[in-house]
Amino acid sequence: MDSLVAQLQMQYRNYVLSLYQQGFLDDQFTELKSLQDDGSPDFVSEVLSLFFDDCVKLVGNMARALDQTGTVDFSQVGASVHQLKGSSSSVGAKRVKGLCINFKELCEAKNYEGCVRCLQQVDIEYKTLKAKLQDMFNLEKQIVQAGGIVPQVDIK
Amino acid sequence: MASDGGVSCLRSSEMLNVGIGGMEPPPLDLDEVHVLAVDDSLVDRIVIERLLRITSCKVTAVDSGWRALELLGLDNEKASVELQRLKVDMIITDYCMPGMTGYELLKKIKESSSFRQVPVVIMSSENVLTRIDMCLEEGAEDFLLKPVKLADVKRLRNCLSGDVKLSNGNKRKLPEDSVTVVQASLPPPPPTPQPSLMTLSTDSSDSSPPLSPVEVFSSPLSSLGDDDVLTSSPECSPTPEESPIRRQKMGSPGLDQ
Repeated sequence: MDSLVAQLQMQYRNYVLSLYQQGFLDDQFTELKSLQDDGSPDFVSEVLSLFFDDCVKLVGNMARALDQTGTVDFSQVGASVHQLKGSSSSVGAKRVKGLCINFKELCEAKNYEGCVRCLQQVDIEYKTLKAKLQDMFNLEKQIVQAGGIVPQVDIK
Repeated sequence: MASDGGVSCLRSSEMLNVGIGGMEPPPLDLDEVHVLAVDDSLVDRIVIERLLRITSCKVTAVDSGWRALELLGLDNEKASVELQRLKVDMIITDYCMPGMTGYELLKKIKESSSFRQVPVVIMSSENVLTRIDMCLEEGAEDFLLKPVKLADVKRLRNCLSGDVKLSNGNKRKLPEDSVTVVQASLPPPPPTPQPSLMTLSTDSSDSSPPLSPVEVFSSPLSSLGDDDVLTSSPECSPTPEESPIRRQKMGSPGLDQ
């Protein structure tokens, strides 16, 4: 039992570290984790869940705004990008945020093809992050179920 | 009423409350600091609410300036009814919001006789010095760069508690006298880049260093003509990304950004 917990904990540590190293997460995610405690044990997953709901909604808005036959209202696209940039920044979704920064510039330049490509990337990126975080939360559950404590991962 | 000494669960009913823009707040213990948080982003509302609760504040979170004014009883021309007025110790608002920006909300609050003494803190994801200065000149107590961190909120909270707990019988002393306020006495920015010296005069022993002239002009002056600050456009005009400078006004000495 002990070695299972230790194994899972090590797996978890490595996984979380890799998420930071690969640029999926930044220190704002660490900040959110620090706000979680026994009184609010699901705070991070709840916030992230809301974030992913936001992603679905905003990506939908952007897609609709870009799908106009005729003139595309880039300011409308930009408004949704701005919102997504904000919420991704607030949860530490580093790659999504980075894409939004590029996306904003493309909207300003009214670069249609660029926007469409960027939107596709944003779509892939948030879904990838969602899957990765799901795996992370699952590991946490497994550790707890095996009788262990989820370790604090020290991000250098 | 359970004392909310520090940490509290964000119960689903509260999340609903936060999500739909704030309903009637629960009865308040007068000793508790009550903060009104305004942000159109649900994610940001949840985060700011958590940050505030951890620092022992009661929080009411709403999704727009209009709702905030409604809660404060400032949404119509007639004088606010005493009974319906919300007791608020601080208002923290996002800058960029559709319909009414945080700046416009700030102005309305400072124009009201009932709430002009309440400290208003502006949050923004964009580090635009002209924007910051405008807000400070309009009477904002502080300007926080998003994403907001616990250290930022703790700093605000420390300043508030110093005022709220002041004397026996007057626990709701207005913060104006004791909060250190940096008077940004900047003239309106010139239309063309000028390397002239600007000074920020400080009224207090605020420990944050004054901006050098270079810093004041480091944001591109093309943003000066933007009317995003004064109009209620759904998006604020895009500005280039700059490295965040956390501007401190309600500073506790020795605290870093």
